[in-house]
Amino acid sequence: MKTETNSIKVLIVLPCYNEEESIGKVLSDLSQLKIEGVYLRALPVNDCSKDNTISEIRKHTPYYLDLPVNLGIGGAVQSGFKYAFENNFDIAIQLDGDGQHPANEIKNLIEPILKKESDVVIGSRFITKQGFQSSGLRRTGIKYFKNLNKFLLGISITDSTSGFRALNKKALEIVYDYYPDEYPEPEAIVLYHLNNLKIKEIPVIMLERMGGQSSIRSFGSIYYMMKVTLGIFFIYIRLKLNGKRNTI
Amino acid sequence: MGNVIPYKIQIISIVGSLLFMFFIFRLITKGKLREEYSIVWIFCTIALLLFAIWRDGLDIIAKFLGVYYAPALIFLGAIFAIIVFLVHLSVVNSKQQGQIKQLAQELALLKEKMENKQKEDGKNG
Repeated sequence: MKTETNSIKVLIVLPCYNEEESIGKVLSDLSQLKIEGVYLRALPVNDCSKDNTISEIRKHTPYYLDLPVNLGIGGAVQSGFKYAFENNFDIAIQLDGDGQHPANEIKNLIEPILKKESDVVIGSRFITKQGFQSSGLRRTGIKYFKNLNKFLLGISITDSTSGFRALNKKALEIVYDYYPDEYPEPEAIVLYHLNNLKIKEIPVIMLERMGGQSSIRSFGSIYYMMKVTLGIFFIYIRLKLNGKRNTI
Repeated sequence: MGNVIPYKIQIISIVGSLLFMFFIFRLITKGKLREEYSIVWIFCTIALLLFAIWRDGLDIIAKFLGVYYAPALIFLGAIFAIIVFLVHLSVVNSKQQGQIKQLAQELALLKEKMENKQKEDGKNG
């Protein structure tokens, strides 16, 4: 708490669903992380896990959110963003609780925001093509979203499904009102861009997940593509027509 | 004898409609059905009752609309009403899902605030 004054406040939101195997290690790794001039706080969000994720979290930190019902990754992440906004954090980072996102890249992730170059920073594994690259089918899907974004928005995002992101206050204000529920990442890019936020991608090296399971499972991949495509189209049309955000 | 049979179905329809109306009213008085959703059902029963009593009504309306086979009009109207009501229910459902999400998030945020405040108070006091 002593370093809180005068430094930049950064909240690391960790959405967790059945991550008892990995969350402890991720949290202890984060507690060792130090960045000069930055106050870091990890905030795991337990999305009504069926295993012992919550007691694992309690062992490591007094700061956590425990959702009473399962909201899905989008709802969990959004509650973390709300926490960041209400507690006056300058930056919120989403880092998945399964250990896929490298904690030591956080410094690089927030740098463009600290330099005021951009409002949203996305960690992409496809810029330098190093580290865990995901399966072939998944990559085809990601390429499809890249082209869809290019077509609709005219911007090129190489890794639109990456959940490793940093948001500044301006972006937090927008996601406070609306954030997609299921598979929110590609849809959120449309939301940011149409709200005139500057998005930047930086290269990161991702790891293979330590435990738990992906929110996108193979049998659901067709549903995933359809849901996200629909989500992207509708949020695009809604924001284009209204020019303002709607809360559902 | 020939006169009794057409009345038979009419009596069944009227009794059926009245029973349905009674059932809806009972749900409302017991607090199991909210008034705003009951309006559509009350209108439905009134329509049923109306056509059960006014037997030529369907034929007259069908002729007016140019429907050759009058009972088809019943199916058209019923299916249309069902679809509209289903969409209405989906809208209600979506709205409630959004409200539940908001409530869950607020609750989690409040819980965090309370727990950490208690700990702080414990340290200070």
